Amino acid sequence: MPDRKQTYDVLVAGGGNAALCAAITARQAGASVLLLESAPKAFRGGNSRHTRNLRAMHDAPNAVLTDAYKEDEYWDDLLRVTGGNTNEEMARMTIRASSGVFDWMKACGVRFQPSLTGTLNLGRTNAFFLGGGKALLNAYYLTAEKLGIDILYDTEVISMNIDDGSVRSIDITYRGFPETVHARCVVASCGGFQANLEWMREFWGDAVDNFVIRGTPYNRGRVLKNLLDQGVAAIGDPTQCHAVALDARAPKFDGGITTRLDSVPYSVVVNKHGDRFYDEGEDVWPKRYAIWGRLIAQQPDQIAYSICDAKAFPLFMPSVYPAIKADSVGELAVKMKLDPAKVIATVDAYNAAVVPGQSFDNLKLDGNRTEGLAPNKTNWARTVDKGPFYGYPLRPGITFTYLSVKVNDKAQVLMENGQPAGNLFASGEIMSGNILGKGYLAGFGMTIGTVFGRIAGQEAARRARN
Amino acid sequence: MQETEAVLNARREMEICNACRYCEGFCAVFPAVELRRDFSAGDLSYLANLCHGCRGCYYACQYAPPHEWGINVPRTLAEVRAESYVAYAWPQPLAKAFERNGVVVAVVVALSIALMLLIAMAISSPGQFFAARPMVADAFYTVVPLWAMQLVGIGTFGFSLFALWKGACNFWADAGAKQSITIAAIGIAAWDAVTLKNLGGGGDGCNDNSEAFSKRRRHLHHAMAGGFMLCFAATTVGFIYHSFLGWAAPYAFISLPVLLGTVGGVLLTIGTVGLFAMKLVEDPMPVARKLLGGDVAMLVLLAATAVTGLFLLAVRATGAMGIAMAIHLGFILALFMLLPYSKMVHGVYRSAALLRRAIERDMKPLGGE
Repeated sequence: MPDRKQTYDVLVAGGGNAALCAAITARQAGASVLLLESAPKAFRGGNSRHTRNLRAMHDAPNAVLTDAYKEDEYWDDLLRVTGGNTNEEMARMTIRASSGVFDWMKACGVRFQPSLTGTLNLGRTNAFFLGGGKALLNAYYLTAEKLGIDILYDTEVISMNIDDGSVRSIDITYRGFPETVHARCVVASCGGFQANLEWMREFWGDAVDNFVIRGTPYNRGRVLKNLLDQGVAAIGDPTQCHAVALDARAPKFDGGITTRLDSVPYSVVVNKHGDRFYDEGEDVWPKRYAIWGRLIAQQPDQIAYSICDAKAFPLFMPSVYPAIKADSVGELAVKMKLDPAKVIATVDAYNAAVVPGQSFDNLKLDGNRTEGLAPNKTNWARTVDKGPFYGYPLRPGITFTYLSVKVNDKAQVLMENGQPAGNLFASGEIMSGNILGKGYLAGFGMTIGTVFGRIAGQEAARRARN
Repeated sequence: MQETEAVLNARREMEICNACRYCEGFCAVFPAVELRRDFSAGDLSYLANLCHGCRGCYYACQYAPPHEWGINVPRTLAEVRAESYVAYAWPQPLAKAFERNGVVVAVVVALSIALMLLIAMAISSPGQFFAARPMVADAFYTVVPLWAMQLVGIGTFGFSLFALWKGACNFWADAGAKQSITIAAIGIAAWDAVTLKNLGGGGDGCNDNSEAFSKRRRHLHHAMAGGFMLCFAATTVGFIYHSFLGWAAPYAFISLPVLLGTVGGVLLTIGTVGLFAMKLVEDPMPVARKLLGGDVAMLVLLAATAVTGLFLLAVRATGAMGIAMAIHLGFILALFMLLPYSKMVHGVYRSAALLRRAIERDMKPLGGE
């Protein structure tokens, strides 16, 4: 049992990828480290438990990644999804650092696998963890234990008490009992606030009742709010987040990867009134996966319905909930509690607008489109006419929020006056908004967590040991 | 296979796994799952027997208990596996042996030893049974005559082989591949079975009792299976020596049958005792409790067969030879009889499952890109 009376060199708040990268790096640099995870051991690891890969720059093929994915292409991808809402210097630094994390990760026991299936075609850009994020966390926790890092589960940071720009003490609850602990340096790696529905409601109103939180219910943003309340600089739009289209039948929390649906590009998607509202075939799904959550969040009652026919059904990943199935579009609409006449009209209008003649290719932008609709479908548009018909109800699934504490490239947390806090660092989702203003690139959250976790651990240990 | 509760639960879990696919790098089960959207009871039996119980997926699972979905693939598939042993057993009335398998194994062993002791004593005169015998040709057969050994041995072993074959046919009809069997597929399956590739966990082995990986289980199983095969080879060589070359047992310590048997017996002992010890400290979560009795009983039976064989070798020139021989033969008799009605069937069904996997190796996963 760790001695909670001692003053640790480094205290890490959080128990996910970013927290462990910081804790292990600090310990390897010689610091004594206490890691506080608010979840019980079985649910340790925050959202990292649900992750699968990390987006990594590489100039040549290596053991896990094919071909090359160079800095400029990576940056272009990020620029496109964020619409310029990023920080080029910090983003490029992160991108460059991502190419150098493999040896360290492997030394910590993380194993990689060649990407096989169901991975949205990411074998070139993303390195896949064998067994997924929980297996990665298991490796990191084993390494942390071996290195002598003190780990407390069921232990939540309530307040990092900042005085004169430095954290002087940390109030925690240890298995429900309040305590105060001390550390020379502190790393905040405890995620966004998406599981705090009341805080989310401030920005989204009652729409949050229709949101699904894909990840851990323990990311309630307590430390984020505590820091912002004490004069730490904020960055990021509080409504921006990683939000995808999920099966509406998903559990409110912790449904992870399996509740996502890949049917959209091969479907007609309508809102609760039976109207189409966005180009389903705008781009390949990996590039559009992360905008559909927000699109659905902006529809009435935050719900949409994906409708496809027997031709399209085998093209996407099996879903965890069975598709709603019917012999006609009207019957399907009734089963999904939509107005059948309206849905039939929408599908008929869509079918009539499909421009025939192109060969269908689900692996690239095939140019099969509609004409004269608002909006048109610009790729993979085929008539929906071959029964049986399949439907899925869709909800916005929130992965993590982007509202963040502002940091510099040393992972130091900045105060509102622009000065770095004396002994406070941040890594992971809690500072992701410094780079991700909006949009998302698959595997980039793990990249930010790993790169900034390593920096934060290094810097915190250096400062504590001086 | 019937639509039982275990099958329904396995289907629920496989459908979740199929939407997740994070574990596809661990073993053959998950790539096999990805080939289909619908899982018949036979498919689930196939997957259950394809699972080698390495537990990698349990510790890596984001949905493992206490998550509300409670995904526990190693346990769930073990439960289906247990039911598949009952479903495919031949003749069906004897399938009941799987219900309390630990007890059944123990009782059969006890009765076999008693039978062998009775035969040995009935044949020997009371004074002779405990007398030291000169290690000359046919010395063993003064305890149990050769004809009796051959009759009982070949009879029970032959019946068991036939029953295993019938079981394999039942498995294949219900859970086998639809395509035809090829030589290449047989080769791949045999290699995977012998190397226990699927206890590799993607490279670092199995999870014995925590999220840490080890190759202990794989190595101990190799020792056990290798030892078993060496002992079988010893018996076969002995049979050839006797029947075709006219060289009667007992053989010298440095003769081929004795060397094979000795090395095999030692390996078998190491493997079984090691696997038994692992069971004492294993994490109970990813394990099916109802299989434990039968698993442990078979490990003890194999260990006892090996140890009594080595003991017989040690005491064969003394007065203890008669009783040591009778007890050793009792264990072997029990082993022969129990082949189709014990944990031993896993070798047949798992090999058949590996064969189906090898046949289906070029099929493309559904969905994804």
